Amino acid sequence: MTQRYSQSGSPRPTRRGAERTVWYLMRLTGLALFVLSLSHFLILHVLYDPKDQTAAFIANVRWSSLFWRANDWLFVIVVLVHAILGIRIVVGDYLKGAVRMAVMMAFYLLGLVLFAFGTIVIVTLPKPTG
Amino acid sequence: MLIRYRGQEGMLAWAFHRISGVAIWVFVIFHIVDIFLSGANPSAYDTVLQIYASPIGRIGETLLGAALLYHALNGLRIIVMDFWPVFTRYHRQLWYLNWALFMIVGLPVAFVILKPIFAV
Repeated sequence: MTQRYSQSGSPRPTRRGAERTVWYLMRLTGLALFVLSLSHFLILHVLYDPKDQTAAFIANVRWSSLFWRANDWLFVIVVLVHAILGIRIVVGDYLKGAVRMAVMMAFYLLGLVLFAFGTIVIVTLPKPTG
Repeated sequence: MLIRYRGQEGMLAWAFHRISGVAIWVFVIFHIVDIFLSGANPSAYDTVLQIYASPIGRIGETLLGAALLYHALNGLRIIVMDFWPVFTRYHRQLWYLNWALFMIVGLPVAFVILKPIFAV
């Protein structure tokens, strides 16, 4: 029997249901993030330096094409899904009952607000000028 | 949980995964808000990015990159053990393999990020 460090995290579930879907979704988003987050970090911290990344750089270079806007929109969605499912496991380990429910509601709300912020800037930031 | 020590590499791998995950959560909140500023208030965004480019900012980015790389590599380790349970027998070796990859990839990246601090 392997040791369990987390009460609410679990090995691969065999029973059908929402918890099994969540379990697979966690791994699927994790794999996607392996590519999306590491490529994001390498591009913006190694290929480009933060000292050159003004708002104009974002509009004219980084988000000059629909591809990168779509890429980053997918990224923000996948990050938030993975983060919400992850914090759900952490919260479940330390809180119970109504407190757990209230804290998770706050995180779901925060997730929605962050999704809105990310979507608004990706959609509305002006296209390259000139 | 997280404080009570229950055994060597397996627990450390798990604890680091949790700590790095929460740290990345905090950064994601800041980061979505700051990128939102690039549209809502471009001059405020430029000011924030100067903080990223400062020496303290670069140390922060290096720590962020370390948390991200650890979480990514250990996440793969978890997936491997989830789908091929035979690997749970070698969870320790996989963890050391992670650290080897962490150093091979992370050190050059840290060098690139931190170099401008020392370039006058």
